[in-house]
Amino acid sequence: MLDRRQAVATLLRERPEHLLVVPGLGSSTYDVAAAGDDPRNFYLWGAMGGALSIGLGLALAQPAKRVLVVTGDGEMLMGMGSLATVGAKRQQNLAVAVIDNEAYGETGGQASHTRLGVDLAAVALACGFKQAHTARTLAELQPLRDVLLHASGPVLAVIKTAAGEMPRVLPERDGHLIRARFRAAVVCGQS
Amino acid sequence: MASEGAFQPGDWRADIYAALKRQRITQMAYVPDAGHASLIQAMHADPAIKVTVLTTEEEGVALLAGADLGGDRGVLLMQSSGVGNCVNMFSLLKSCGFPFVTMVTMRGEWAEFNPWQIHMGQATPDVFTRAGFLVYRVDHPADVGAVTEAAVRIAYDSNQAVAVLLSQRMIGAKVF
Repeated sequence: MLDRRQAVATLLRERPEHLLVVPGLGSSTYDVAAAGDDPRNFYLWGAMGGALSIGLGLALAQPAKRVLVVTGDGEMLMGMGSLATVGAKRQQNLAVAVIDNEAYGETGGQASHTRLGVDLAAVALACGFKQAHTARTLAELQPLRDVLLHASGPVLAVIKTAAGEMPRVLPERDGHLIRARFRAAVVCGQS
Repeated sequence: MASEGAFQPGDWRADIYAALKRQRITQMAYVPDAGHASLIQAMHADPAIKVTVLTTEEEGVALLAGADLGGDRGVLLMQSSGVGNCVNMFSLLKSCGFPFVTMVTMRGEWAEFNPWQIHMGQATPDVFTRAGFLVYRVDHPADVGAVTEAAVRIAYDSNQAVAVLLSQRMIGAKVF
């Protein structure tokens, strides 16, 4: 089992200029913030089930950039229909990393469907994702960084991590500020 | 215009399409709906519009937020029964000040055949209002172009979430 902080830091180290990151609410937002605050992160504090759809709209608007959605198993399960939408859309510049601790960490660690046998990588493949993989060790995760950042999408990686609380790293919570900061970094000067 | 052949003469959806084009809409998301059918067809045929078909309407709320983050202007087409599917996702719009436009074909308000459509249709204006939307209603085909254009302008010029309700009387109640 991987440490989720280390896993997300591995994905985001030496972060390419063109990489835009949409973390799902809760631990994924803390993990992405812990890897280094960046105006090209659109932190979510709500909108559960919406992270991948936000990523799709962004990827459509910015086809020359890479969009990485980093989210938890519970958030991805709530938006499972969006895997079908993304698969059908065949969005090439879109990648998903599911940080899968098989539990709802924000609410007391209750088991999620992935602990009860649901395989999100298999769901993604069935929805038409070009690649979907599962990593359980750092050695398995290392090559997936390249897939998530560079392979023709849509691609998805399930990263199995240990359950349990991590120290919270809380980024900005004001949605207006997060949006304005993101757009200033990504959109302003383009049009 | 690229897709005007999709419309029959007198189809007011052509006015919606023209208004959306004038206001530089480049993304459209929808859940299939008979009332929007010719507009959906026209937008699919327009290479300048990125169209996404959804499994549920709430995906469209999130998708258009993402579109705005990337600098695109979008519109969500849905039926009143889909409005309830979006409720928590509407908080994304208000929490972040996203501009947002949805065109809603109304059910459950005029010669409705299906009793299961009444409840969400009747609740739709209140749901939008409580979610912080500006709500415009169109009852006459002559108004649809101007209202659509005003909705997109106030959404994107003044960062508002706007719903345009297209009345069931204007659409024509579905006949079984």
